[in-house]
Parts: sequence; structure tokens; C-alpha cells
Amino acid sequence: MELTGLFFYVVSLLIMGGIYALLCLALNVQWGMGGLFNAGIAGFYGVGAYTSAILSTAASGRHLGGFSMPVPIGLVGAALVAGITGWAVARICVRLKSDYLAMASIGIAEILRLVFVNESWLTNGSLGVSRIPRPLSDFTTGRMSDVVFLGFVWVIVLLVYVATSRLYDSPWGRSLRAIRDNEASALAAGKNVEKYRIQTFVIGCAVMGVAGGLSAHYFRFLSPTATDPLLTTFLVWVMLMAGGSGNNRGAILGALTIWTLWSVTEIFTNRLPPEWATRSSFIRMLLVGLLLQFVLQRFRSGLLPEKSPPVRFRKD
Amino acid sequence: MSEFINFYLFPALTIGSIYALGAVGISMIFGILRFAHFAHGDLMTLGTYGILAAAALMPVNPLLLVPFGMALTVFAALFVDRYFYRPLRDLPTIYTVISSFGIALVFRSLIQLVWGSENQVLVAGVRPPLILFDTFRVSVLHLQAIVTTAVIAVLLHFFLTATKTGRSMRAVADDPELAEVSGLDTAKVVRWTWIIGAALAAVAGAFAALNTSAHPNLGWNLLLPMFAAAILGGIGKPMGAMAGGFIIGMAEELSSYHWIGDEALISPSYKTAVAFVIMISLLIFRPQGLFKGRLL
Repeated sequence: MELTGLFFYVVSLLIMGGIYALLCLALNVQWGMGGLFNAGIAGFYGVGAYTSAILSTAASGRHLGGFSMPVPIGLVGAALVAGITGWAVARICVRLKSDYLAMASIGIAEILRLVFVNESWLTNGSLGVSRIPRPLSDFTTGRMSDVVFLGFVWVIVLLVYVATSRLYDSPWGRSLRAIRDNEASALAAGKNVEKYRIQTFVIGCAVMGVAGGLSAHYFRFLSPTATDPLLTTFLVWVMLMAGGSGNNRGAILGALTIWTLWSVTEIFTNRLPPEWATRSSFIRMLLVGLLLQFVLQRFRSGLLPEKSPPVRFRKD
Repeated sequence: MSEFINFYLFPALTIGSIYALGAVGISMIFGILRFAHFAHGDLMTLGTYGILAAAALMPVNPLLLVPFGMALTVFAALFVDRYFYRPLRDLPTIYTVISSFGIALVFRSLIQLVWGSENQVLVAGVRPPLILFDTFRVSVLHLQAIVTTAVIAVLLHFFLTATKTGRSMRAVADDPELAEVSGLDTAKVVRWTWIIGAALAAVAGAFAALNTSAHPNLGWNLLLPMFAAAILGGIGKPMGAMAGGFIIGMAEELSSYHWIGDEALISPSYKTAVAFVIMISLLIFRPQGLFKGRLL
């Protein structure tokens, strides 16, 4: 009994770890490769989550919906809508320099959150969307569906990992890194900096949308608290920084490490005396904030530092 | 007309003063240290809770206890600058921005750890408004906030134009390299930037908490309008930031006035989005702000 409990704990840990790995890979495309400071991850994550939830739920009088689409279509929709939102944001904001882009993207995430809370015809407001289906739910019941979902999540992580690694190694990725490291010389070499940045931003946002969609299907319920900037935006930044920005494997490793730390410390802090246990989440947040400072000062390249692929010349 | 003044203009000016006081610090830090200080809102909250802690011991008017909040925020700001921001100063500023995100979280979780996350009030009960000329009803708090901000604006202006430290601060904000080779003490300038920014953040925090109530997200929720105000006024221009704060506050509050017909122009639930929209359009169309600030 003890062992099965542990097994399902690890399953739930890995599901959320996989969703965070997707967010980290997406941020790695934007920040690690493109050098774009997106501080509005929660907004795009929310857009994806609501899109997928609305597309796949059965009819309900409380919010827009009734499409009852299969989950994969919901996720494709999430990627599309989040990507289009990202495109609109990128069109206007991508020329901004780092600090300003951070402010603008937080502002956009806040506006999106206000929309989720206030437009109840669309999202049922703060009461949220419930009865969101899981993929392949016809074949499994009860706790086994968690295991199936775990596989589903990690297949997507693998696909995104392969895709982003190919991107990193491609001429496109090289141009992107050139822009990140020296914008002026990339411009002089004839690269269309703005176009590359918009593409980077859109790809990242689309993957963030998929991650949001997956979380909605995992919890089967979605409310605006899911777009809390703390747990999505901030934690993802810490994960990528600790894992190694610019390295896709580092992004996944960082997501798993930090998420494991975050969840396992919960077990310990829950054993504290009751007057402290209620405050345990604040202790964890404090530690994550300090961990980020440590990473920034002593450990900037992360667990797996960025390694530029070797330049291969064709033999004559 | 009197309805407009009583229910829209004075609250708008109060919100404007809060933004103005916070934006001064953000603008000066951005101008002198060259990074967007994302922990400034939580620094404000820290000031609020410092006052709250002092008020638990001394039952006097909380405005008299503002120095305690200031002491806490100034100490906190100098501490995080020494141990968390300064080691990153030689790197691209974006690392300091990321660090300040973390510090914002550290401040907030410390506040929640020490004082809990419930809403707390500085002054319980309702105070009757002042009635001026038989038509205008102004709450005492609103008047206090507006007058205090006006006094601080005048003092700040004298500090920046008449004292040596103030003038060197403006010099560093305008051109750091030139200021450095001219022999200005940049370390001192940085220290005074934090002291003034943090002290004004505590005052802003006090008024924000008196206006509503004290809770750990108080400052974070005000951060983006304050950024908007700092950009509107021009980065590195403290007086511009003051003006920007009032403009953003007015725009936010007055956007829900029924200018056309009987309906609010913009639904009050989207009030905060007004500041964001102003900020984003400023960033795109006029990032140097109204008063020709620096463009970093």
C-alpha cells in the first residue's frame, strides 16, 4: 500500500514536472536562444488552458463551450490561439529592450488575467471551468488514467524537445543566437532581427499554450487562479536559470529538479507544528527567491551550461 | 459637478499621489542604476507592515509612525543592494532585473511569514469627511495624501537642485560615465538613490494601506501603474515621475466616470488595465516619456 502511494506520488510529480518542462523549453526558445525577456508566461499559459478547456468540454450554460472536441484538437487550438496572441504581442513589443519588454509582458499577462476573471460569458469568471476531459479517457478509469496522462505529457515533452533541439542546431537557431549575442553584427550580416524575434516569441508562446492546455486537462478544472504569476512565471524562470539557459536538456532537468524540490519540501513543511504549517508555502517561496539569488551570483550557467554545437564544414 | 469632484477627482488625486511617491523611486533607480526595480512594490508593502508593527505598540495616528516604516524600507533596500544587486552590477542589467523579481518574492514571503496574509487595517472605523464650502466632501485621508505629496514634491525639487548630493544624482542619471570621470562619488549617489526611493516607498505604502487595507500583495498590485508613471514622466526624471503618477492615477480613476451617457466609460473592473494600456502604448510610441527622459 505504501509503495502504490509512493508510485502515484511520483506519477503526479512527473506529470507536473513534464508540464513545467514544456514551459521551460518554451522559455528557453525565447530567452535562452532569442534573449527575449518574457515575464508574462502566466498569460500565454492561461490563454492555452482556457482555449483547450473550452474546445474540449461538453455544453455548459455557464461559459462558452459545447464543442466537445477531442483533447488533441483542444491542444492544437491552445497552441494556435496562444501563438496568435503571442504574435500580436510580439508585433508591438518585440522591438523593446529587455527591461521594457519585461514590463510590457507583465502588463499583458495582467490584462489577460483581468479578462479571464471578468468575462464570465467566456470563462465562467472566478468560478472556473469544470469537467474538462482527459485524453484517452475511454480506456482507463480511476488512478490508472494518471499513468496514461503521464505518458501523454511526456510524449509531448519529447516532441517539443526534439523540435527545439533541431531548431537550436539549425541555421535559424544560429542566426537567433547571433542576434542574441550581438544584435548589431547580426543586423550587419543581413539578418532581419525583428522577424527572427517575432518568430521566436510566437514559437515560445505556442508551446506555453500547450503546457497550459495540458494542465487544464490534468486538473480537469480551470479557474483564473491557475494564471497566478508566482507559480507559473516566476517558478519557470528559476527553473530555466538553475537548469541552464540556452540548453534544452538543462531546461528539462531544471524543471524536474526545482519542481521536485518544491513538492518534496511540502512534505517536510507539512510536518511542522500547525502554526507554522499554514505558513509553509511562504517559507518555500522565500527559499525559492533566495535560491534564485544564489544561482544568479554563483551558478549563472546552470546545471547543464549552454554548449554551442560544433561547426561542421562539408568536406570537399 | 460636485459629484465628479467628490467621488472621482479627490480619489483620483489620492491614487495619483500614491503612484507618484512610488514612481519617484522607480524612476531614480532606473535612471541611476539602469535597471527596472521589480521589487519596489513589495518594498512599499514592507513599509506598510513596518508602520503596522509600530502601530501595534503605539496607538497614535499611523501617519506619525511613517518614520518606522521608512527605517525598515531603507534598511531593506540598502541590504538587498549590497548583497544581491551589487554583485551583479558588472553583468548585463537584465540579470539584476531577474534578481529583483526574486527579491520581490523574498520580501512578500517574509511579510507573509511574519505578519500572515490576512487583510489588516491601520485605522479602524469610518471617519466623517470634511465638508468644504457646503458642497465638497473630502475625506481627511485624501487631503492628507495630496498635501503630503505636494510637500514632498517641493522638498525633492529643492534637494535635487540646491544640494550637492542632489545635483550629483541628476548628473549620474544624465550621463554616468561623464559623472564618474568628473570625480563624483557614485557609491554615495547610489546610496542616496536607495534611501530616497525606499523612504518615499514607505510613505506611498502608508497611504495605500490607509486608502484600502494592508495585505501582502498591496505593493505588487501597484507596481505596474508605478512603472507606467515612471516611463510617462521620463526615466531618471523624479519630478516627471511625480507628474506621471498623477496622470496615471487620474486616467485610471476617471476612466470609469460616465463621460458619455449614464454608463461608465470603461467598466471599473478593467480600471487597472487602463494603466497597463497607457504603459504599453508609451513603450511603443514614446518610450522617452513626456519630459524627455533617458532611453535605456
